[in-house]
Amino acid sequence: MKVTILQFPGTNCEYDTQHAFEQLGATTEIVWHKSESIPSDTNLLVVAGGFSYGDYLRSGAIAKFSPVMKAVSAYAKEGGKVLGICNGFQVLTEAGLLPGALKRNDGLHFISKHHTLKVENSDNIFLEELNNGDIVNIPIAHHDGNYYIDNAGLADLKANNQILLTYSDVDGTTKNPNGSVDSIAGVCNKEKNVFGLMPHPERAMELILGSDDGKAMLQGFMKSC
Amino acid sequence: MTAIVNVSLKAGVLDSQGKAVHHALDSLHFSGVSDVRVGKQIVLKLNETDKEKAMVEVTKMCEEILANTVIEDYKIELI
Repeated sequence: MKVTILQFPGTNCEYDTQHAFEQLGATTEIVWHKSESIPSDTNLLVVAGGFSYGDYLRSGAIAKFSPVMKAVSAYAKEGGKVLGICNGFQVLTEAGLLPGALKRNDGLHFISKHHTLKVENSDNIFLEELNNGDIVNIPIAHHDGNYYIDNAGLADLKANNQILLTYSDVDGTTKNPNGSVDSIAGVCNKEKNVFGLMPHPERAMELILGSDDGKAMLQGFMKSC
Repeated sequence: MTAIVNVSLKAGVLDSQGKAVHHALDSLHFSGVSDVRVGKQIVLKLNETDKEKAMVEVTKMCEEILANTVIEDYKIELI
């Protein structure tokens, strides 16, 4: 299993992501955004979190024009598996690989804390180790995590089981930290090979650091490749 | 020629910053404000001298990068 992790100027979660996947037994490679191709043996491409290009203009808006993004689009269109975490999710929506957009949090504050999430749809390779209704405890750390999609888009997401995770309380009731439409924390594309979420599973790999629920999430990819 | 591009959240998309500013104005007793929208202004100095061509070019810029048309509208003014 080979995981390729993208690095833009301002990315800051590439080494955590690398550590998390290596802990699960994957081989990894970090690829600088100037590269015009991605390694041919890539089984999973991760757009890691951080602040690509300082979030100037909009989060992810400038990163989408980096040389490597053409290769990312081509890889995704051929069915390659892509995961965007936090800023990576923002980059993938800006690039049009995932539906919707991420706005400034409703409370206008940067939120950094552990948050419980509810698994909405586990019939995909990302969450196949989990079951619908499962609650996981995963850190969030974002300023622009307020997911927006119009009503028609939301209906599509629901019809195709594209909503992966929602923010919830420990008992599964909705708890919305940032104003996201329907409390959405993560979605996938219609073809279910491109995934994006604001929470950071790669930061939930050790009980001593508060949670290891991220293991079950990332493990799904390990099994599928 | 100069192009002034104003980008703001679409009508119907909740503008949290606008809401916060509205609230602040209320606290300062400016009671005559019914709504506040916060946007951003991008000023471009262009080499193009033909207005029509400039408009076509700047519209392309807005669609490709300056605005995210999923959530934002833009207005272009050429001077």
